[in-house]
Amino acid sequence: MSAAQRLGSNTGAVCALAIIVALIALALVGPWFNPNNIESLDWAHVAAEPGLMGAHWFGTDRLGRDLFARTLEGTRVSLAVGLAASAISLCVGISYGAVAGYVGGRTDHLMMRFIEVLSGLPLIFFVIFLTVIFGRNLYLLFLTIGAVGWLTMARIVRGQTLSIRQREFIEAAVATGASSTRIIFKHVIPNLLGPVIVYATLTVPQIILFESFLSFLGLGVQEPHSSLGTLIAVGAGEMEAAPWILVVPGSFLALLLLSLNILGDGLRDALDVKER
Amino acid sequence: MTRYFFKRLAGAIPTLFVIITAAFFLIRAAPGGPFDQEQALPPEILANLQSAYGLDLPVWAQYGRYIRALAHGDFGPSFKYKDFTVTELIEQGFPVTLQIGTVALILALAFGIPLGTFAALHHNSAADYATMSLAVVGIAIPSFVVLPFLGLFFGVYLHWLPVAGWEPGSIRHLVLPVIALCLPPLSIIARMTRGSMLEVLRTHFIRTAFAKGLPLHVVILRHALRPALLPVAGYLAPAVASIMTGSLVVESIAGLPGIGRYLVQGALNRDYTLVMGMVIIYSALLIAMGLVVDLIYAWLDPRIRFGR
Repeated sequence: MSAAQRLGSNTGAVCALAIIVALIALALVGPWFNPNNIESLDWAHVAAEPGLMGAHWFGTDRLGRDLFARTLEGTRVSLAVGLAASAISLCVGISYGAVAGYVGGRTDHLMMRFIEVLSGLPLIFFVIFLTVIFGRNLYLLFLTIGAVGWLTMARIVRGQTLSIRQREFIEAAVATGASSTRIIFKHVIPNLLGPVIVYATLTVPQIILFESFLSFLGLGVQEPHSSLGTLIAVGAGEMEAAPWILVVPGSFLALLLLSLNILGDGLRDALDVKER
Repeated sequence: MTRYFFKRLAGAIPTLFVIITAAFFLIRAAPGGPFDQEQALPPEILANLQSAYGLDLPVWAQYGRYIRALAHGDFGPSFKYKDFTVTELIEQGFPVTLQIGTVALILALAFGIPLGTFAALHHNSAADYATMSLAVVGIAIPSFVVLPFLGLFFGVYLHWLPVAGWEPGSIRHLVLPVIALCLPPLSIIARMTRGSMLEVLRTHFIRTAFAKGLPLHVVILRHALRPALLPVAGYLAPAVASIMTGSLVVESIAGLPGIGRYLVQGALNRDYTLVMGMVIIYSALLIAMGLVVDLIYAWLDPRIRFGR
């Protein structure tokens, strides 16, 4: 069976994929069907309950802002941060891991020791420091989260590189006089695709989680813009009087993270990637 | 063994020192200072405040002063919480944080390991799939979503447990925060135990143990569990880190008076000494956990020898 067939026979992963596609589609086209925008205040409906017949499908918050519009914006922000930061961590992780694995010896030992030290530290401290020092903006958020999210990827890529290095086509490339840089980028990295895809799908939810965690603490996305994390933070304070302010963004985040994780696990099984 | 332990302990001190130094200069590099307010203070008062706290000295001199005080166990005064020293703030909040964190870690191990073993023993059965599906939920959904949802269900609708708040000595107030905190590490531990247990169950010595006619519980408890727990032991330090970061949000949602809020608040307020105190506490805890993991490794796998 091919990898695609194996993935197709995994009902959970297929459902997860469908949910992800649906969420992305909703986040992108939903605003077209919604007369309300993220900032308009509807004083006639403050903290209104959700209802498909009413003016606000998912209800409104304490300021009368439409929760449907804000949740969709939050989903878009979370997805954008997740994808952009994953791309950054992917680039760093792949280059780092491939170099460490290919060069080997003392260099490898030192580079891996560095990763060990970093992964022993609670990286959230660094991100908190960085956001405090450089102010809070979305691009910096991409960069800081991406910069700390590459550790696992680097480890996995290194492990794979170690085994690829033993293969004959690498020996052939060395024999033809190709430089190490050329071998790493032309021969090693293209052969890492399988595990990289798997861990990329597993990195995205981790990074979305990280972003919403920071936004929850007030260090990420700032008002009037919303991220699922900020919406949940507001909702958690309102849950006794207006539970939907919490439940709507909370369910979106839970559904998104859960589907991405299930899809990632499904891909790992389908491509049969060994951990470490 | 003892020698190795002390060697590691000695090695931890430079690590901590590097962390302290990096954090000190990083937080000083941030724009603004502890006395920034909506309305700027008159320059004379600001100058007085700064000289009272030694902030008018060059940064390296401040660093020297801080390290010297630290060597005497003095974390310095807090800039924002007037009349409190950082030591006092930590003394008040740390027991709460330590309590919920320790209970969460113990629960994660006490439920994660049996669940993983159970799933491995029923490999590919409905029970296995059900357990692992629950584990994915636990891994995917963060504690700051789980806790409000738990509060909504058990607090607001069922009225079984308080949604938030804290009373000294009250266990009821700690139930939901501890559950929310322990679910992610619990799920990861269950998953890891299942994976390694499946591998161990395939080995020859387990087959031999069964062939001798040993009952299942003896094979598992006396033979299979020890090697199967090696990866779990390696996960202990990340688990502690995950519980620490989780407690930052869980304490603020549940309104617990722990030290979680001081890290973010301290950094935003430029409360230099408080942030440093938090960094030192958290990194010392993590480093200590790393040492404990080494000892557990040696106990689990007698082949590990602490030479060198």
